[in-house]
Amino acid sequence: MRQFDTKSKAIWTVVGAIGALLAVSALAFSLSSARSGATVAYADPIPSVTSLPEVRGEEYAVLTAPPHVPDPITRNHATRVIVELETIEQDMELAPGVTYNMWTFGGTVPGSFIRVREGDLVEFRLRNRHDSTVPHNIDLHAVSGPGGGAKASLTMPGHETVFEFRALHPGLYVYHCATAPVGLHVANGMYGLILVEPREGMKPVDREYYVMQSEFYTDSGFNEQGHHPFSMERALAENPSYVLFNGHTEALMGENALGANVGETIRLFVGNGGPNLASSFHVIGAVLDNVYPEGGTVANHNVQTTLVPAGGSAITEFRVNVPGDLILVDHSIFRAFNKGALGTIAVSGEDKLGIFSGQLDNRPYDPPTAHQH
Amino acid sequence: MVRLAALLLIFPLPLTSAAQAGVEGAGDPRAGLAAAAPTAVVRGGSYVPLYSPESGAVTVEPFRMDRYPVTRGDFVAFVASNPRWRRSQVPGVFADSRYLSDWSGDLEPGDRLDAPVTHVSWFAARAYCTWVGKRLPRVDEWEFAARADETRTDAMGDRSHKARILQLYTQRRTPLPPVGSTFRNLYGIHDMHGLAWEWVLDFNTVTAADDSRGGDRKDGQLYCAAGADGATDREDYAAFLRYAFRSTLQGTTTSAVLGFRCAADLE
Ligand SMILES: [Cu+2]
Repeated sequence: MRQFDTKSKAIWTVVGAIGALLAVSALAFSLSSARSGATVAYADPIPSVTSLPEVRGEEYAVLTAPPHVPDPITRNHATRVIVELETIEQDMELAPGVTYNMWTFGGTVPGSFIRVREGDLVEFRLRNRHDSTVPHNIDLHAVSGPGGGAKASLTMPGHETVFEFRALHPGLYVYHCATAPVGLHVANGMYGLILVEPREGMKPVDREYYVMQSEFYTDSGFNEQGHHPFSMERALAENPSYVLFNGHTEALMGENALGANVGETIRLFVGNGGPNLASSFHVIGAVLDNVYPEGGTVANHNVQTTLVPAGGSAITEFRVNVPGDLILVDHSIFRAFNKGALGTIAVSGEDKLGIFSGQLDNRPYDPPTAHQH
Repeated sequence: MVRLAALLLIFPLPLTSAAQAGVEGAGDPRAGLAAAAPTAVVRGGSYVPLYSPESGAVTVEPFRMDRYPVTRGDFVAFVASNPRWRRSQVPGVFADSRYLSDWSGDLEPGDRLDAPVTHVSWFAARAYCTWVGKRLPRVDEWEFAARADETRTDAMGDRSHKARILQLYTQRRTPLPPVGSTFRNLYGIHDMHGLAWEWVLDFNTVTAADDSRGGDRKDGQLYCAAGADGATDREDYAAFLRYAFRSTLQGTTTSAVLGFRCAADLE
């Protein structure tokens, strides 16, 4: 016993010495940080939910189909927002002449865009259309609660489920179906975006658009005509036949191009439904003035390509300074060139030669000759 | 026996309520025609369910199962003989408000008499099977019989067969075509995949807490990645779809895509 005590005393002495050493070095570190003016790392507080804002009144959420976004929220208080969303299974095109049995939120891929305000109490009513073949549910990444609402919203065909959640965190969030087998429900098109506007609102821009990337695993090659089922083999290999913006090769091409005028500001709400691939989101011909990576609240500036993870998002803002087509791509470039990940912003207006000239000349030049060196 | 006890625990209501619900019972001469629905013998065996204690195999005793799902024509005979199961008569504790809602009247299923009857509750399906002197198949019986293709009792180890089943499930067909329109398996049973979902006797076993067999899976775990946890075959997406569908059911639930067939013990 005595021997043990001695030993333990010795151990505690050593521990104490190490502790003191650590404390001193930590102090030195913080002093040096303070001296250089740097912020102390990992010092952000974790907010606590002490009081929830008072909910005044109620309203039905206006849902929009891609590429459209509901109007900004002008309210300056929290309210009860009722969201009514219906899951619909239907054959839809992936490309001209190519169909697939899509499972959708609201009849589109990606699903309806939902816009609420930080602090809102959202009453979510999920309806599964009577002619659906399988149950569906919804996991909204904006929800603080088990399954993001998935368990509370499991809905069989012909039924409606209701649950409530408080939009505690501002940001741009993915929602998706999470019914087993979740991979199949997501692969079949069940995802979309919900924006929780910060209490102080968002800076007005000239145009807002909704763009969501996702990939499809058909048992066929790209653009192979006809109706094609899901391929488990391709999904497991994470080798899609299609990587698309807004669910169709032509969703943002030709006459479906997003429009803008020279000098306008654009805000793209960019999501990635996956199910598997992260996106190297890039706008050919523009530098992204502001990017809120991962849909969070800290802005990055002057960004060329931003990574949008599967099940994640980014808010991008930029001014279109010259006329012409800007091309949206997944810069993991074979996906853009060979699998469909292309979109367009058609910018019209006057040339701005001081910013971009276009081609000024095109002339031959003489090859080097032998005596010149 | 453990199994029976579990069923008693899960279904105290139906076991005591069948009589109150006005089922004429086996032996009703009017049930003769429906009772004569052709059955097939499924030789028993063992299989590993999608969710299984210690991922073990489950033994299935030999049994008989209807070759086809019960049709709208079959079911109209049942409600004709059992007025309490008519749409206008059935109490809410036995079927929800959408019970037989695709019929135009109590005894008027309309056309498509040879299509599977849907919009029927578990209570109604169970009463029908009792009326014809049979019972609903147990989930293990149904799952076991569903593993067969045209030539093999267990084709589920074959990836291409798995893909075929999944494809059948995601093929949309409304209104439902006649019974017998999807493949006939080795036992001579049709439409196990790709026509309608089917009630089983112990439909909520897998998600029922405290059940003797699936007690490690609590209600509601069939979502997101949790659905994969504990599954014995993570690539059997068709099975996940079936288990997920069953997990949404209550005894009173009816749905446009949910029908049933009957089974019987082997004499
Ligand atoms: Cu779903």
